[in-house]
Amino acid sequence: MDYIMAFVIGGLICVIGQILMDTTKLTPAHVLVLFVTLGAVLSGLGLYQPLVEIGKAGATIPLTGFGHTLVTGVIEEVNKRGLLGIFTGGLTSAAAGITAAVVFGYLMAVLFNPKSK
Amino acid sequence: MQKLTKEQQDYQNFVKQKRPKPPLLKNILMAFIVGGLICVVGQVIMNFYISRGMSPKEAGAPTSATMVFLGAFLTGLGVYDKIGKRAGAGSIVPITGFANSIVSPAMEFKREGYVFGVAAKMFVVAGPVIVYGMCSAVVIGLIYYILKL
Amino acid sequence: MAGKKMGLQTIRFQNPPSIIATSSIVGPKEGQGPLKDYFDLILNDNMYKEKSWEKAERKILKEAVEMAIKNSNLPYSKIEYFIAGDLLNQIISAGFAARELGFPFFGIYGACSTAAEGLGLGAIIIDGGFADNLVVATSSHYCTAERQYRFPLELGNQSPPTAQWTVTGAGAAVISSRPQNPRITYVTTGKVIDMGETNPNDMGTAMAPAAVDTIVRHFNDTNRTPDDYDLIVTGDLASIGKDIAEELIKQKGFDVSNKYTDCGLMIFDPQQDVHAGGSGCACAAVVTFGYLYKEMMKGKYNRILLVATGALLSTTSTQQGETIPCIAHAVAIENL
Repeated sequence: MDYIMAFVIGGLICVIGQILMDTTKLTPAHVLVLFVTLGAVLSGLGLYQPLVEIGKAGATIPLTGFGHTLVTGVIEEVNKRGLLGIFTGGLTSAAAGITAAVVFGYLMAVLFNPKSK
Repeated sequence: MQKLTKEQQDYQNFVKQKRPKPPLLKNILMAFIVGGLICVVGQVIMNFYISRGMSPKEAGAPTSATMVFLGAFLTGLGVYDKIGKRAGAGSIVPITGFANSIVSPAMEFKREGYVFGVAAKMFVVAGPVIVYGMCSAVVIGLIYYILKL
Repeated sequence: MAGKKMGLQTIRFQNPPSIIATSSIVGPKEGQGPLKDYFDLILNDNMYKEKSWEKAERKILKEAVEMAIKNSNLPYSKIEYFIAGDLLNQIISAGFAARELGFPFFGIYGACSTAAEGLGLGAIIIDGGFADNLVVATSSHYCTAERQYRFPLELGNQSPPTAQWTVTGAGAAVISSRPQNPRITYVTTGKVIDMGETNPNDMGTAMAPAAVDTIVRHFNDTNRTPDDYDLIVTGDLASIGKDIAEELIKQKGFDVSNKYTDCGLMIFDPQQDVHAGGSGCACAAVVTFGYLYKEMMKGKYNRILLVATGALLSTTSTQQGETIPCIAHAVAIENL
């Protein structure tokens, strides 16, 4: 069941991105920025957590999930530490993803070369 | 944006019907299938971490890291752009696409050096994503803090 | 009054300069296209044993020039000028090739119209009596153009159906005062035309009005009609731009339908996944100096009007929301 819901929710989030790219002038980079922001806003409004409960990885793997992770981290830290949590929370919760992206990104760039087309 | 002259506007209207549209239905279907499948892979990985004794919440971070690794690795192998050509947003929107947006410029700008090439260019797309993600999280955190007072 | 000027934008040469030799080098993808038998050299890979694509591009440009000179049987000492340009920032392919070649060098930029711009300027120098032999050349490379104008190659993005594929290749021609066919008879220099297009993934639509303006101006200046030519060929409008251009020319009262084609359509097969067709400086250059030149030598075509088109944008202008200024230069090449 997990897998079916992950497939459907994840697929639908990607479809929204596809429609935006094909019908507007937004580039893939714009779509990614928009999705991260959108995920953060929905998370702040308390609307993203229910989606994560239904879709599991289908809601956390798309980049909207990254915005959600940042906001949940901030809110948790604000509860623990108050004002300082606004600044520490985001990176704390997203640490694994961001560090993995930088380290693996660098490693792959060193190891591989782009293929000629 | 500059204001278009009458002549320019006429031309824009003239070419509007000439210009082929992207095959929207086919693109949507491909984005749905591939995006869905990538999330299923994520779910498999997440369930694996959960089966090793993590709570679903704890499993989120290692799952993201693993998916990032996969996206980066497939980009290095030269496979990810081939998926992307067919899947469009289906492979751009998942976090593997975020990894692809880091590795592809980093790899390509290696010849411009490891500082201004690899390290600087890896954030061409990822940088804006992190900036806007972080700034919106801070704004939301601030609103939450004020409302809580 | 300039005696060789005709109409508003056209030059008629007194002693039409000759194209005495050409050369064309293309990448592997172009080497699988319909014109493969006409190219002098087809690369096995885009890197051409160099350390970067930029180095590969300047190497094929330099080798194209050397090949054209060899085909002309002229000694290097007889080459008086080298006129070249390309798409890369500060035309580094041309400048660096010129560094190796050692000829007096005019660097030009006309984006993808460079082949025709070079032929026109070269012919003016010859007919003006400023030189007897010179080389014009241009190059483009899919990988260098893609990374400068668009995205990294390994980025998994989708190209819209209006996008075009930059031709990897280089073409060169030796122009001489020695009277032999084919000759450059007329040059119509284009004006920069901007019809308000902003989409950098749809160059054909942006450039078509420039091609139309130059073609119609050429007919009006010279009192010629499409019937005077065996073939009218634009540079890289590709499928969408070509259809638009054909219709607009008709609206201006000239019917070119049965003799009009486009280099961007000729160089690739639609099966090759190039979206609308080919583009780039090398597109017009290798089709003209490879296919068209060889067919003119055989007599299949005797009068050709080459109208190479260029989009004079940069990534900076696009990001700042500017529209795309475009240009087209026409060169009439004839067997007299």
